[in-house]
Amino acid sequence: MISDDSQALLQLQNINKSFPGVQALKDVTMTVLPGEIHGLLGENGAGKSTLMKILNGVYQADAGSIMWQGQAIDLNSPQAAQQSGISMIHQELALVGYLDAGKNIFLGREPHGMIPGTINWRKMYADARHILEELGLTIDVKRPVRFFSIAQRQMIEVAKALSFDARLIIMDEPTSSLTDREVETLFYQMRSLREQGVSIIFISHRLEEIFEICDRVTVLRDGQWVATSPIEELDRDILIKHMVGREVNQIYERRSNQASEHIVLEVQNLNRGARVKDISFQLRQGEILGIAGLVGAGRTEMLETIFGVHPAKSGTIAINGKPVSIRRPDQAIKQGIGFVTEDRKGQGLFPVMTVAANIAMTRLTELVRTVFVNWREVNSLAEDFIKRLDIRTPSPQQNVRNLSGGNQQKVVISRWLTLNPRVLILDEPTRGIDVGAKSEIYRLIQQLAADGVGIIMASSELPEILGVSDRVLVMHEGRFAGEFDPKQATQDDLMVAATGTYQEGCLK
Amino acid sequence: MRLNSRDLSWQVIISALLRRGMVLIVLVALMVYFTSQSDRFLQQRNLINILEQNAALIIITVGMTLTMLIAGIDLSVGSVAALAGAISAGLIVNNGLPFGVSVVITLAMGFGIGLINGSLIIWGKLPPFIATLAMLGIGRGLTLVYTEGRPISLNGVEEYTFYGRGDVVLPLLGEIPVSVLVALAVVIISGVVLSTTRFGLHVYAIGGNEETARLAGVPVNRVKMIAYGSSGMLAALGGMLLTARLFSAQPQAAVGLELDAIAAAVLGGVSLFGGVGNVFGAVTGGLLVGVLSNGMNLLRLASFLQQMIQGVVLVLAVAVDMITKRVEGL
Repeated sequence: MISDDSQALLQLQNINKSFPGVQALKDVTMTVLPGEIHGLLGENGAGKSTLMKILNGVYQADAGSIMWQGQAIDLNSPQAAQQSGISMIHQELALVGYLDAGKNIFLGREPHGMIPGTINWRKMYADARHILEELGLTIDVKRPVRFFSIAQRQMIEVAKALSFDARLIIMDEPTSSLTDREVETLFYQMRSLREQGVSIIFISHRLEEIFEICDRVTVLRDGQWVATSPIEELDRDILIKHMVGREVNQIYERRSNQASEHIVLEVQNLNRGARVKDISFQLRQGEILGIAGLVGAGRTEMLETIFGVHPAKSGTIAINGKPVSIRRPDQAIKQGIGFVTEDRKGQGLFPVMTVAANIAMTRLTELVRTVFVNWREVNSLAEDFIKRLDIRTPSPQQNVRNLSGGNQQKVVISRWLTLNPRVLILDEPTRGIDVGAKSEIYRLIQQLAADGVGIIMASSELPEILGVSDRVLVMHEGRFAGEFDPKQATQDDLMVAATGTYQEGCLK
Repeated sequence: MRLNSRDLSWQVIISALLRRGMVLIVLVALMVYFTSQSDRFLQQRNLINILEQNAALIIITVGMTLTMLIAGIDLSVGSVAALAGAISAGLIVNNGLPFGVSVVITLAMGFGIGLINGSLIIWGKLPPFIATLAMLGIGRGLTLVYTEGRPISLNGVEEYTFYGRGDVVLPLLGEIPVSVLVALAVVIISGVVLSTTRFGLHVYAIGGNEETARLAGVPVNRVKMIAYGSSGMLAALGGMLLTARLFSAQPQAAVGLELDAIAAAVLGGVSLFGGVGNVFGAVTGGLLVGVLSNGMNLLRLASFLQQMIQGVVLVLAVAVDMITKRVEGL
């Protein structure tokens, strides 16, 4: 591998950027070599996205220089970046759902037709098909993008990036919504791009992926450069230390199973459509039950059925041994079930309201004196939880959307805790949360279990499932496909069950 | 990688057909019903009359569709139509300008008002609803000031009124009102532009996801300005046709026309959230509104009742749209 900086594809030197009240980047330096996959790591708020937006021409640096193929370059718009050969695949997939794949790939650079202003549709679709075929993807280019799976959309994004003849592709958490199998496909494409001399900046929160795919890694912390090294010289502990700035001995602190004999929730033969088939399980008081499975296996649908978001077609649910009818969320809440949803911003938070209001929302009826909300009690309730869960916010009056992902998640959990739930369901509780905050969430979950709450935790991250749960159930196509003891099971065991290749006698 | 089986089930196919063909089905059903109830309905004279009465609405609906496709709206079209009628008549009657010059100035004024709407929305960061609501008030006020609240008569200005009541004899079709031909031209041109040109694709892209369009290098602001400008210009054109039909510019002309245009577009499958729909659907929606009111007049329904029925039809159409969208998993 080339390590002479004079042959670098890209050199960012002493980049500074501030926003009102915040210095987002301070003297950041980074070098990308031709044909390498360069991991960019850092906690949320470390400045990764800002740096990448500068590179993509969305923001302009306040100070510092960008050298592209040995020459200073001015990236003042996304178009300028694209013309230079820098493409970005955004975290929120940037495709127009109603438009077809071909139109999306060439949007903004449509081939000209014979008549000025018109488009050469035939050439556009032929080129789109060609690029997709090179990526090993045979899909209908005239099909609206909204009908494709997230993974296929991701590949359409890659195709879009390649259609610019990109020399450098920035991928901002491309794997966050992919299944493991789809991640493998993406990695395969990334490696073949690297062989063709394309460089990739890869951002991910999943350290396993960083170790699997990256050649070199740069770590940012608090807007500053911390380290750049070849991946061979790094291990997990060093990386985490770089990212959080302190030793993290273990992210997952093992604890002994403290589940009591008392069965708090029992589900029998629950059915609803193709994604919830014949689901039966028991949850003990103080137990952490992990639910694993690929995206689309029905985890969320199953949890939503238990919580009454979509009522079950058949089956029974019993709380503390007593059968209950749950056809709507409020009935589930009355039975002492809480549900921390996967989509924090869309379903969990009231984003324009304060931390206090977010925490107290489900208790508001009790906090009303005659007609007026008793704000003093709302605040004192909120302050209790801010202290108890160590929510980092300047005040209960802070707007909740200004908090980091981890602290937002704690606000959501607090709201459920105000109801003293018997059962707390958490769907992807650490999605989009950085490493340091993740371990706090895990500790919180374990603390709740120790206090006697029954916990159901669904997650796509197998290390998390294995590290936190007392017992793991794996879903495949709407059914349970295996039960595991996390102390003995490996990630491979869970994968085998999740992909439906698990057969009795096949393992061990 | 395979398709989800869900994507191509028969429910989805029926639902998609229903969504796209909905207006047409309702339109035909209404026409069959009115034909059975009144022998005057299906007469050529009545059908041509429906087209003639709704030529202005259809033109204005095309402009509305443009603004709705970019996830905006233009509430000022009725006022702009009235102002255009007054200015075009005034320039001829009061200032003695030739008809052609007056038309060009009026269309330019409509385009200019649209550009002001666009500027308020793009650079003033006003929501389209508010910016164009303000322009609705301003436009009506300007019309009243300009006309001093009195109609401007066009008696004797035949080259103008020809566009309201005149006919052209075409081979095969016979006598066709000029206003209908103007509307047809607008519909065809805008339909072709939206479906074949770069501008058209950009309109759909912006309505589908403005941020994505911007990042892809689509000249978002320019496209939006052209869409609002075109809506203003088409409103002015529609206003002149209305004026020609009435033989005079009425200061209170076209009050509430923006609501008819929105209803027509929505009936025709244009989404209020942008990115979905096309001109032909919108025009069919406009015809549906026209046929409904014509038929109800023939049946001598009280006008209060007519308004209620129009409301119910709108609700039903939007409900079908919502349900089919859910079935298709949009």
